Amino acid sequence: MTDVVTLTGNRGLDLEEKLIFEQDKAGRTAVDLPEPERHDNRLGPARRTRPIGLPGLSEPQVVRHYVRMSRNNYAIDAGIYPLGSCTMKHNPRLNEKMARQPGLADIHPLQPQGTVQGAFALMHELAHWLAELTGMPAVALSPAAGAHGELTGLMAIRSALEARGDARRVVLVPESAHGTNPASAHMCGYEIESVAATARGRVDLAAMKARLAPDVAAVMITNPNTCGLFEDDMAEISAAVHAAGAFVYCDGANFNAIVGRVRPGDLGIDAMHLNLHKTFSTPHGGGGPGAGPVTLSKALAPFAPLPYVVREGEGFRLVEQAGETGAHPYGRMKGFHGQFGVFVRALSYMMSMGSDGLRQASADAVLNANYLRARLQGTMSLSYEGPCMHEVLFDDHFLADTGVSTLDFAKAMIDEGVHPMTMYFPLIVHGAFLIEPTETEGRASLDLLADLMLGLAKRAKAKEVAFFKDSPKLAPRRRLDETRAARNPVLRWMPPAPKAAAE
Amino acid sequence: MRYLPLTDEDRTSMLATVGVESVDALYRGVPKAALLDRPVDLPPHGGEIEVERRICALAAQNIGASTAPFFLGAGNYFHHIPATVDHLIQRSEYLTSYTPYQPEISQGTLQALFEFQTQVALITGMEIANASMYDGATACAEAAMMACRVTRRHRVVLSGGLHPHYRDVTATNVKFMSLDISALAPDANGTEDAAVTIDDHTACVVVQNPDVFGRVRDYSNLGAACRAKGALLVVVVTEIVSLGALMPPGDMGADIVAAEGQSLGNPMSFGGPHVGLFAVREKFLRQMPGRLCGETVDTDGKRGWVLTLSTREQHIRREKATSNICTNSGLCALAFTIHLTLLGEAGFTRLAAINHARASTLAKKLGAVPGVVLLNETFFNEFTLRLPRPASPIVDTLAARGILAGVPVVRLFPDQRDLANLLLVSATEMTTDDDMDRLVAALGEVLK
Amino acid sequence: MASLKYTDQHEWVAVDGDTATVGITDYAQGQLGDVVFVELPDEGKSFAMGDQAAVVESVKAAAEVYAPISGEIVEVNEALNGKPELVNEDAIGDGWFFKISIDDETELDSLMDEKEYREFVKGLG
Repeated sequence: MTDVVTLTGNRGLDLEEKLIFEQDKAGRTAVDLPEPERHDNRLGPARRTRPIGLPGLSEPQVVRHYVRMSRNNYAIDAGIYPLGSCTMKHNPRLNEKMARQPGLADIHPLQPQGTVQGAFALMHELAHWLAELTGMPAVALSPAAGAHGELTGLMAIRSALEARGDARRVVLVPESAHGTNPASAHMCGYEIESVAATARGRVDLAAMKARLAPDVAAVMITNPNTCGLFEDDMAEISAAVHAAGAFVYCDGANFNAIVGRVRPGDLGIDAMHLNLHKTFSTPHGGGGPGAGPVTLSKALAPFAPLPYVVREGEGFRLVEQAGETGAHPYGRMKGFHGQFGVFVRALSYMMSMGSDGLRQASADAVLNANYLRARLQGTMSLSYEGPCMHEVLFDDHFLADTGVSTLDFAKAMIDEGVHPMTMYFPLIVHGAFLIEPTETEGRASLDLLADLMLGLAKRAKAKEVAFFKDSPKLAPRRRLDETRAARNPVLRWMPPAPKAAAE
Repeated sequence: MRYLPLTDEDRTSMLATVGVESVDALYRGVPKAALLDRPVDLPPHGGEIEVERRICALAAQNIGASTAPFFLGAGNYFHHIPATVDHLIQRSEYLTSYTPYQPEISQGTLQALFEFQTQVALITGMEIANASMYDGATACAEAAMMACRVTRRHRVVLSGGLHPHYRDVTATNVKFMSLDISALAPDANGTEDAAVTIDDHTACVVVQNPDVFGRVRDYSNLGAACRAKGALLVVVVTEIVSLGALMPPGDMGADIVAAEGQSLGNPMSFGGPHVGLFAVREKFLRQMPGRLCGETVDTDGKRGWVLTLSTREQHIRREKATSNICTNSGLCALAFTIHLTLLGEAGFTRLAAINHARASTLAKKLGAVPGVVLLNETFFNEFTLRLPRPASPIVDTLAARGILAGVPVVRLFPDQRDLANLLLVSATEMTTDDDMDRLVAALGEVLK
Repeated sequence: MASLKYTDQHEWVAVDGDTATVGITDYAQGQLGDVVFVELPDEGKSFAMGDQAAVVESVKAAAEVYAPISGEIVEVNEALNGKPELVNEDAIGDGWFFKISIDDETELDSLMDEKEYREFVKGLG
């Protein structure tokens, strides 16, 4: 099938598409705008005097361009997308419709506060849901994404410590943590020390306790952790951290496993970000936008950043500067008030699911992952025995001596019409396969995934190396040369060199 | 519960496959005391009709720009979004895909990012651009940090013409890094000379064009002064449409451009989500934060795109990464690039010309209102007025009459009582003659 | 370059009079995969033994390269800027990183010889 050669380079519905710059005709536009009225030119001397170089296309060409390109993308709307730690669940279109409502999409963040009371009420309502679900009293809504939330939470911790004259120096991060954890701690001015994992894939409580000392500011834990396991010593970890005068930061990337069933506040967590684009189903959009609100414990609540909404009488007020009684905000993390459009979508999702639906969703997410575990563990190598949470981790031991790598396996999955799982993360196991089906997959799609993975495992064990190394064969592109891209970076289109040089 | 495919029968048989009696058995690692035995105290699930009613009721309490004469700007602008943009970004393949880590099945997103990077580089007059940041303010903070890495210096000068949110976000994000932030006083009169603040420790000077008061600046001399002392010039742009009419920052000698791209393709949406643009000189490529899309070929020799140079990022470098940014603004960047593709050179420059013409007309009309003084010599689509009385109560009064008149400058600079009478007013292609006349008449009455 | 010395961070050291040439070992380049970029130190910069002196990046990994001995950088391999693949093609030859002055000869004694390094790598599995 792959050796069919077509004149156009297209392959049926699989369409090639040139860059917009290669479709340019000077003067063409897809937006009809009126002639500007006569006016005094007040631009001053720094006006534009040379062309920009943007290409001119008509509307049908533009529509076709992005539609043709879109066909080269896999998407959750098209099939299972079991990327561990990413929570690729169904994105309801109701959420999109709500975010586009007049009165929400067309309001400006600096309007008089009396003209946007509904927006403040919505933010307050979202914060209330997040506070109830986490069992934590305060919520900082403004962080733009998970990593930004990590920094926000750590800065609240540092501010609280400095307020008591005890800045401290070190943040402890388990070795299985997502790379953003140490990067965020570093941005907050801390030294990072790694904490080992046990053979059970959990934080080594004894090692952590041994390291706790007056120089430790915080411990960053991901719970459920990046191996898809619940940190069953969490309450004891928190107690030990608090006894040492430090705070517990929880990376909430995996909150989908426990929503409505476990409140992190009950486990002694002081700060935790929530990825609204994971747990609360706002779309990933090919890499954002996300939103990373941070829930805070009573001890940290006074140190939330600006701005925040407070209820006042019958209405709401936005606090935009320091000076409120009992509050010690350390500054502003983001322009305006946060990812409001994402808040609307997340609240729409939560209202749709309700407290009962969210509780059922986490149960189904966990059941689905365990079902895959049960179906795959006889053939693939399960990294840690026992029940998992919402994602299940395998490593590449089952591929030993086959000549097939985790990457090869993933690329063969592409030809089978599914998106591969997360590979090579977490780093603490070799050649990781991290599979997160989410609750929005039905049994048929779980069985499809399990069947094809078992089938591929069989082919790998039969040492069909060439089959794997050649994959994918049926995708819009074969394997791409990443070395070439990195050695000689081409990061933008450039006009072709003049013809004379080419001949 | 319309989003959940499993039936009770599925659940029962799947539990049997797993070999446990109930889902609770899968949560056995959770301490008994922490495991809730009933739903949390929140409302139960709701159907579409109910959710729509509840959210639309909240929306109805707000006055939107579509329903009132509207003159706010200050880093967030009311522009027209072609129908095509919103249709295309809602295609499943863009809306519901993840970051393109498997490039063979993500070429749509990657090709769009490659075009986006090229467009951003072109309009800013810079050599290269990344695949987007969270927003303009966080891009500004990243630019300051990057300048410190490049120059191995620690002092950052923030102009008094910089949007105060950008100033505060920059100062806050680097608060616990050993950087020294010098924020210059608000420059309402346009007399600041940032060049005199540059010393041997200065990593960069951060300026904005047009500045937060709407003034158009030429920073070429400042760029030369920076180069002479080994510092970088960072130019912030909060109204990206201005680049259709103004000299690009690259031509002024900018080393880094940090901009807000909301004005193209993205609704105001109460301040977010928006899209940060980040462009630099190519020699600083390795110090640049954020994701990058690069061209390459596949094993058949066909052109394709991948995320590249990811060793700068936190997945690999962990605490040594250039930044902790992970998720960025993919879909907002897509809206931006589609809108700019629709416009093309002719449309983008026309759009900028209309914005300027509308603002110029409005400035003339407002300047004729007794007691109102136009502060700006130059502007693009936004300018500052000095009113005879504090602006905030006047704006509130006008809002009560259904006119959203602009941003009182004290809303941005709450500590600057001397700026209390200043009002920032913006006009775009959305502003009609009728809108202008209603504002002029109402302001005249209020000031009587 | 009669005999090379090695560190447990997989740098090799070739002594030539009062300077030493430093690179990463063939084992190290094999572990990294295709090298795409090398960040070299500034000439004239001084390092203490064990300080980070350079960074080597492949498509999927980045590794620090440490000064195996104390001294000042007297020369760096500019060829790596355009052709980082030299590290893969000839790790202990054309793929060298920098030359460093030898401030304290006794430090060389703490490094491994060829046989010890081979045993060390074997021990890594």
